[in-house]
Amino acid sequence: MTVEPAEPGLLQKLQASAREQVTGSPGDVVFKLLALGFTLIILLLAGLLLYTVWTGASESIGEFGFFSFIVTQEWNPVFREFGALHVIVGTLASSAIAVVLAVPVALGIALFITELAPPAIRGIVAFTIDILAAIPSIVYGLWGLHVLLPFLDQHINPLLINYLGWLPFFDRPAFGFSLLTASIILAIMIVPIISAIAREVIGSVPTAQKEGMLALGATRWEVMWKVILPYARAGIVGAIILGLARAIGETMAVTMVIGNAHYISANILAPSATMASIIANEFREATYSLYLSALIHVGLVLMFISLIVNILARVLVWSVASDPGGDRR
Amino acid sequence: MTQQAPTQTQRDSRDHSGAGPSLQATQEQRSHIAKVESTDPGTITIENLEAYYGNFRAVAPVTFTIPGRKVTAVIGPSGCGKSTFIRCLNRMHETVRGASSRGHVLLDGEDINGPKVDPVLIRRKIGMVFQKPNPFPTMSIYDNVASGLKLNGIKSGRPMNEIVEQALRQAALWDEVKDKLKQAGTALSGGQQQRLCIARALAVEPEVLLMDEPCSALDPIATLAIEDLIRQLAPDVTIVIVTHNMQQASRVSDMTAFFMMNEQRSGELVEYATTETIFTNPADKRTEDYVTGRFG
Repeated sequence: MTVEPAEPGLLQKLQASAREQVTGSPGDVVFKLLALGFTLIILLLAGLLLYTVWTGASESIGEFGFFSFIVTQEWNPVFREFGALHVIVGTLASSAIAVVLAVPVALGIALFITELAPPAIRGIVAFTIDILAAIPSIVYGLWGLHVLLPFLDQHINPLLINYLGWLPFFDRPAFGFSLLTASIILAIMIVPIISAIAREVIGSVPTAQKEGMLALGATRWEVMWKVILPYARAGIVGAIILGLARAIGETMAVTMVIGNAHYISANILAPSATMASIIANEFREATYSLYLSALIHVGLVLMFISLIVNILARVLVWSVASDPGGDRR
Repeated sequence: MTQQAPTQTQRDSRDHSGAGPSLQATQEQRSHIAKVESTDPGTITIENLEAYYGNFRAVAPVTFTIPGRKVTAVIGPSGCGKSTFIRCLNRMHETVRGASSRGHVLLDGEDINGPKVDPVLIRRKIGMVFQKPNPFPTMSIYDNVASGLKLNGIKSGRPMNEIVEQALRQAALWDEVKDKLKQAGTALSGGQQQRLCIARALAVEPEVLLMDEPCSALDPIATLAIEDLIRQLAPDVTIVIVTHNMQQASRVSDMTAFFMMNEQRSGELVEYATTETIFTNPADKRTEDYVTGRFG
């Protein structure tokens, strides 16, 4: 077999023409335009959403002012007085309590599934948790209303008042519909989200890291606490933030158990309200335009709060990831 | 062609030792395993140690003695079970799912595979350095070295500072990092990171230091630094080093164990002798073929 000497520069010519074909092919151009179009649609939708909500809220903004609406807690449709402070507090408080309750459970589940569970159990537990994430929130709400709420009312709340009544958080009146009940429902709803993401993050911690600590004579617990969680912390913070975002926006289940009371109370056994819950609850009762506009104004504030939480989350993830371990990714 | 070579060699040597009763074959092999009398601290006596992954036997029964306060190299072609073997010496092998080992490993006469022995305590006496440097990225240089001490309940303060400094000096890293102890360990170069991992292992003052191909991810200069370090450490700690680099084994070790895969794909100890004997006058044909670069 003999090889003909190639024409000088042939390779370069072929490469050049191949490059031309790739960059100039119509499929590429079409796909690029298509992708750009979809991206623009999303931006357009977001812009329209903001515009619609803003115009809907404009009457309320004109009447109360965007910022004074946020710091006022009057909510009296009869006297045409509206302020969102109490629902903002209700939203933040219920979400915060939910996160506090959910995070240890979710991390425990994630560590159990990735590090401790025998393979047979691992699959079953992981599957069950994923199923929980797919249950519609109205079902959680019904369960909360008919099962959780009576249980808390009859068994847990009396205990809390008896033993922790000296704290301002546990006091009468306590009849089941409460911030605490809503928080517990929210916690149950965000556990699957947090644990599913934490599971992925924890699963990606390199074996070399775990073995490094094991070889120093660490127990499994010490490996989890000193290597796995610190290594995965940026991802875990991200998981928690996603859970928090879901808790802030969650509507139906909360509406059904929170009691929708328009006041701020340190007592978490008392009824309360969140931004999403009063919109869902009062939308159909908004008999005049300022009332409706005030509810839309609440929605606008909710959008901004979600935005702020997301920005804070990014900053937090970024700062956690870059300190003090430096360039580990 | 090169791929076939090992199998061919293996078969030749088998034929050479005769297809007779297996007992004879065992005796034949045993004669290639040097008897070591050592009373130095850190002596490891291995008796019929085998390692499994599920039902697969990765290491066939191994019996030999690693002398205390010396460097012993474990060499052999890829897949011969040398890493698995060394991980049995501090019970790291069993941390892999489905993995188990049988037989006895005696550290200064005490069986680390005993029923009541806590593997966690064993690993504090028998430290380990891995193929790829694995400093903890969320910890500073200081905290990396101190991490083992903290596990032992040593409180931070002057004693800890002293131990950390001593460990870093032992690992020949102190002069390079003394001004940046609070910086991340991962910001160091690869060779420095590996020395940091050695310092981390030395800080808890182990009897034995196991090194699983510690230079395989390093450049030649960093490799030489680690080899110098191994020689310096030998009087204070028993070192067992797995390496696929025969020159490295001949440079750093006092004793050398040669492992190879047998027909059942299990690793077995072919020959164990002083490093000089292994590299100049091996008793087994397979060892000779390997150290002269005829395969592997």
